[in-house]
Amino acid sequence: MIESHTEPVHEHDAMHIRAHSDVWLSGVTAGYADRAAIENVDLAVESGTLLAVVGPNGAGKSTLLKVMAGLLPAWRGRVEVLGAAPGREARRIAYVPQAETVDWAFPVTVADVVMMGRYPALGPLRRPGRLDRRLVDEALEQVGMADHRRTQIGRLSGGQRRRVFLARALAAEPALYLLDEPVTGIDATTQEDLMDILETESRRGRTVVATTHDLACAAQRFQRVAAINRRVIADGPASIILDPDVLARTYGGHLLVLGDQTVVIDDAHHHDQPVEGEIHYHDQ
Amino acid sequence: MEALLEPIQFQFFQRALLASVLAGVVCAVVGSYVVLKGLAFIGDAVAHAAFPGVVVAFMVGGPYVIGGGIAAFLTAISIGWVSRRAHLRVDTAIGVVFAGTFALGILLYSMIEGFVGDLFGFLVGNVLAIGAADLVGLLILGAIVLAVVAVLWKELLYATFDPLGAAASGLPVAGLEYLFLGLVALTIVISLQAVGIILVVAMLVTPAATAQLLTVRFARLVMVATVIGASTAVVGLYLSYWFDVASGATIVLVQTSVFVVTLALGPNSGFLGRRRPAETGGAPAS
Repeated sequence: MIESHTEPVHEHDAMHIRAHSDVWLSGVTAGYADRAAIENVDLAVESGTLLAVVGPNGAGKSTLLKVMAGLLPAWRGRVEVLGAAPGREARRIAYVPQAETVDWAFPVTVADVVMMGRYPALGPLRRPGRLDRRLVDEALEQVGMADHRRTQIGRLSGGQRRRVFLARALAAEPALYLLDEPVTGIDATTQEDLMDILETESRRGRTVVATTHDLACAAQRFQRVAAINRRVIADGPASIILDPDVLARTYGGHLLVLGDQTVVIDDAHHHDQPVEGEIHYHDQ
Repeated sequence: MEALLEPIQFQFFQRALLASVLAGVVCAVVGSYVVLKGLAFIGDAVAHAAFPGVVVAFMVGGPYVIGGGIAAFLTAISIGWVSRRAHLRVDTAIGVVFAGTFALGILLYSMIEGFVGDLFGFLVGNVLAIGAADLVGLLILGAIVLAVVAVLWKELLYATFDPLGAAASGLPVAGLEYLFLGLVALTIVISLQAVGIILVVAMLVTPAATAQLLTVRFARLVMVATVIGASTAVVGLYLSYWFDVASGATIVLVQTSVFVVTLALGPNSGFLGRRRPAETGGAPAS
């Protein structure tokens, strides 16, 4: 069941996979300053896939997403996103950063944030028109935040904040969603609601790549899982993440075996890029 | 009424009024982004860095706007460059640049024979001495800054709020950052004669900070800041005329007073206001 990309792939198959992928990475190494966060990553994500990227802290999940979004250059290897170099098809991509990176005291309302999803399509000078307002309304309706449109974002709960940022992505009508921890630290209802929306989007042919710490969610709600720890450990149907061997190889020292139960020790709040003044010890 | 109309018949007062209001408005608009980007210190550094440029312009007999503008612009861009490849903490880099350039200005200033009142005016502001030609130049620069912000306000807002999301969706965030630092440099040059190098950071930050206490929407924040910037410039200039005190300092003190009063009485923060601590952000509700 487990397709490991370390196995040799036939030349013809490789071309075929590349042509049908919205995201295609081959031998990609990338990182910050002089530290590589991901190494030699091969990954192909077909159109309409709902893919969870899982792995321990410091595994390079956010880095991988940033490379796909064109926010970080690949040091080595090749990357194609929506059939072009990363960043080239930016207007067809909606990227949602981790909640911790946002200044929640910023003077913007819920509707303002969702409207930002329309800005790239509008371009300079043009003000949001009827179509933009309709898309914002629809997105707010979809995530169940229509009643909060005038609320300053700092007044929202953690779950509501994730809803608003997903609405911003929806309003952009992207072909590819790149979501960094969209369901981390939120209540079960919100998690279910957001996953329902992402599932609908993937059924409409849009591609969703989301990092997550929540293995249960990855196994139950996603179609595919890529388990990474600096490299791709395993990549296949969502059920692979329940495989003890995959878990052991992905999480290594983060695993705790209690009787016949396996527990993953991991803290949900994490940045691949260390915050100033904060020290993370990831590497063994 | 008499007291209001009396000074306005003088041409120097009319020019001073126009220059002060211009500085107040441009500073408020650009300052709204400065406050949200947390760039107050950069604004201060760029202002001080303009000084050697102004002194050199004086020494060679060129227009101060060009000398100060070039120096401010170079500093703004170099700070942006340093902060993008931060091996140093940004505030450390700014501290070095800021003190170094200002010291260079003082050194050059001390090399000029005798006391140069014109140059001292740039340190603390001397808006009453502004010439007609300078004023026209400032009005053109002000129009340029406001036009650029009017064209790109959405993009600047998105890039300020969520640089990663904005960059991923195709906005040229790095380019916008440099452009914005250029706007800060121009804004400072526009305000140099009105309030002076040492106080210009107050013009940039205080109206926007006051507006932040009053509204939670960006568009309204810019409008409120603009109204505060313009009206405090008028009030401050009149007060300085009536009491015969320094105009730049008076304008800044009026702004500071408005901020303190707003803080004390404002709807969200004040003693008299309804207690709604989460209104302006702060602690998350979850």
